[in-house]
Amino acid sequence: MLIKSAQDIPSSEITPESVYHERRRFMTGALGVAAGALASAVAPGRADAAAGDGLRARAPAGMERSAPAAWWEGKFESIKPVEVGGSFYTDEPLTPYRDVISYNNFYEFGTEKGDPVANSGAFKADPWSVAIEGEVDKPGVYTLEDILKPHTLEERIYRLRCVERWSMVIPWIGFPLADLIKRFQPTSKAKYVEFLTLLDPESMPGQRSRFTTISWPYREGLRMDEAMHPLTLLAVGVYGDYMPPQNGAPIRLIVPWKYGFKSIKSIVKIRFTETEPATSWNMLAANEYGFYANVNPEVHHPRWRQDMETRLPQTLFSNSRIPTLPFNGYGDQVAGLYSGMDLSRYY
Amino acid sequence: MRASMGGQRLFTVINWLVHLVSLLPFASLLSAALRNTLGPDPADTLAIETGLWTLRFLLLSLAISPLRDITGWAKLTPYRRTFGLYGLFYACIHFLTYIAFLLQFRWTEISGDILERPYITVGFIAYLILVVLGGTSTKAMMRRLGRRWKQLHKLVYAANILALIHLIWILRTDLTDAVIYGSILLPLLVYRIYRHFAGKKSKAGPLSMR
Repeated sequence: MLIKSAQDIPSSEITPESVYHERRRFMTGALGVAAGALASAVAPGRADAAAGDGLRARAPAGMERSAPAAWWEGKFESIKPVEVGGSFYTDEPLTPYRDVISYNNFYEFGTEKGDPVANSGAFKADPWSVAIEGEVDKPGVYTLEDILKPHTLEERIYRLRCVERWSMVIPWIGFPLADLIKRFQPTSKAKYVEFLTLLDPESMPGQRSRFTTISWPYREGLRMDEAMHPLTLLAVGVYGDYMPPQNGAPIRLIVPWKYGFKSIKSIVKIRFTETEPATSWNMLAANEYGFYANVNPEVHHPRWRQDMETRLPQTLFSNSRIPTLPFNGYGDQVAGLYSGMDLSRYY
Repeated sequence: MRASMGGQRLFTVINWLVHLVSLLPFASLLSAALRNTLGPDPADTLAIETGLWTLRFLLLSLAISPLRDITGWAKLTPYRRTFGLYGLFYACIHFLTYIAFLLQFRWTEISGDILERPYITVGFIAYLILVVLGGTSTKAMMRRLGRRWKQLHKLVYAANILALIHLIWILRTDLTDAVIYGSILLPLLVYRIYRHFAGKKSKAGPLSMR
């Protein structure tokens, strides 16, 4: 109760590995066929696909995992590893898996960093479907399996910069949003893409709060050229593993040159629009959060400066503050999208 | 005689319990800090937790007088000071966490924050008030300040209000915490206003000993 974030970590360093495997074996017995897929996705060191092994080695063995959907195993075997030195890669040290899955801003599950991992137990990411709407030739409601079918998943190592001045380095698994958009053929009127998070107060306690100032569901948006940019990712996994609920299962956006709140989680609707869509934080405090929300060390949040960031994890005595880079260090890839724009006005 | 001896002993026990329970959050945070289980950003966690404990102890201190007036149990009075000082204790750790761990003694940034960020400004003023009240909380200071002591210590209401504003300004969307603490603070303040206008003076002085 006193130290929520520490106590609610469901993981590993507390659970001895033997106990963990025991529990897994029990579950295998109980769940039968489905658990076969589960165990193979979780068991460390199983000798099959080379790429898969490399990915598995990323996450520490012996951590409690959320059960992946059935589609995951098939997709997992063919994940394209990240190209070392490529544009979707950084050699900065990865933020440990444990921190990535236990320190989250996902207000649907509560506003404290430890809330999402603690309160997402009732959340169901399978089955899942995504509605494609608006200025598009092939609108409809598609199952997640249908959404994912033609895409090859790939790993990308991105920096994530939160508007609250902390940052992480995270290996995501996903596919370019551009590839999905092309499939559904937006019309010439489609100038923006709007995204909506699931609205389900029953499994998302933050949406039940009486004193929340967000009008749910959470919504975000991108300009079409931002959405089509090769860096923009739809992620379904992290750290070689299925996306946990607290990180936005089963499918979320990653826009690495923008503040984290743009990277909307647990997406149920993608709508193509002619006008700039309303976005949750902008609706809440337009002077603090703009539509673009590009990482910018020169434009400060009214309540805090943005020229520095804390690279997590840190300890009480280690100073892991580093300077924040324009566009979160992706300037050479994305600055062109904003040429001629006054970024202190369009923040 | 025997009964009062027993009562005395009971109060000694209660006294110890009060200190033990009041130090429990500190012990728990210290142990978590030493085991490095405060999460990936321990300074931030520490700042949040010590801030909340400051507010809780300040509210507890404010609740003592009404509780005493209702129950008629004059022996409660000294706990106003006890809990107030624990509020100051957690405020000190909160402030130290901020300057030492969060801002690593970067003094220009600290002074910039205090001058330019309103939520830091109000928090800092509240802290200064608590330091002054804590420093003048001894019997000797009471005697020296005489009537002005009581006036000075009315500032504790301002400290509580400022601490709550400090919290509200930090919250980004969900106001549940502000509503909870605010709905405790409000009746405690209304009670003072009521008592002031009703001219109903409490029987015991602010620091009267048991």
